[in-house]
Amino acid sequence: MKFFKFLIAGTIFGIIMAQSEAMSWYRIQEMFRFQSFHMYGIIGTAVVLGVVGVFIIKKFKVKDLNGNPIEFQPKERQWVKSILGGTLFGLGWALSGACPGPIVVNVGYGLTSMLIVLFFAILGTYTYGLLRDKLPH
Amino acid sequence: MKDFILDPWPWWFSGTLIAVIMFLMLFFGKTFGFSSNLRTICAMTFGRKIKFFDFDWRENTWNLTFLVGAALGGFIAYTYMHGGVSVDISTETIHDLKALGFSTPKSMQPDEVFSWENVLTLKGFFVLAAGGFLVGFGTRYAGGCTSGHAISGLSNLQLPSLVAVIGFFIGGLIMTHFLFPFIY
Repeated sequence: MKFFKFLIAGTIFGIIMAQSEAMSWYRIQEMFRFQSFHMYGIIGTAVVLGVVGVFIIKKFKVKDLNGNPIEFQPKERQWVKSILGGTLFGLGWALSGACPGPIVVNVGYGLTSMLIVLFFAILGTYTYGLLRDKLPH
Repeated sequence: MKDFILDPWPWWFSGTLIAVIMFLMLFFGKTFGFSSNLRTICAMTFGRKIKFFDFDWRENTWNLTFLVGAALGGFIAYTYMHGGVSVDISTETIHDLKALGFSTPKSMQPDEVFSWENVLTLKGFFVLAAGGFLVGFGTRYAGGCTSGHAISGLSNLQLPSLVAVIGFFIGGLIMTHFLFPFIY
């Protein structure tokens, strides 16, 4: 039962993706065409609140559920992989209209063809693992 | 109030709840980042012989549980909330997409991309396969997806995350504005 809270958090996340329409191919197209504030509003609100919250957590050394201090893993400061990987991800995001979370939410929503996207996303991650030592980072 | 919850949500409400999810994960002693699950699935299945996937996937059971929840959330939203409603995108987008052969939205997703009738054509299949592959490859190469970089990373003022998000947009803009006219 110790995982139950993650099931609930994930369920709420899935409902947010659906109710905000962030899982929709149409909304991603609208975003990449700069024709609506909707997606920018969603991500922007989350980031602004996130920055404030993370600052507060660090400042007041907030502890987690188990009483351990909340720590933040810095992202690796490697620029080639950030920009190249990011660009490849963006190409796929616009083409499929979904990033990893919404891919799964769409499957639950009943869009069975999204299972193809999910399968190839797993295959893409596998291919990265296979080629990792040969890629510039 | 009931209508507010059951109807599509405004951006400020959705964005606030995403931040709440991120803080909830921190409070649980974890990090909000969805695409790590793809790596974990590789470690569970056909990737075990590769060094990158040679770890005990069980330590990420919590995130896989989150993934199962995400699918469940999609099911609940479709079944009990505004399932099937057409997405209210801007008239400019409808106009632009019409020029590419897409009709006005009738549901959450375009049939022109996701209907099985379309998916079983060579082009239709290739679009979903290539899209998925690029998402899966790119996210691990970049070290995160929209949740890990754009939400968690930017909230912690991580410069690599900003670079990755700029990459997301470079890729998305190239696909939408330069490649879509060749595909559709």
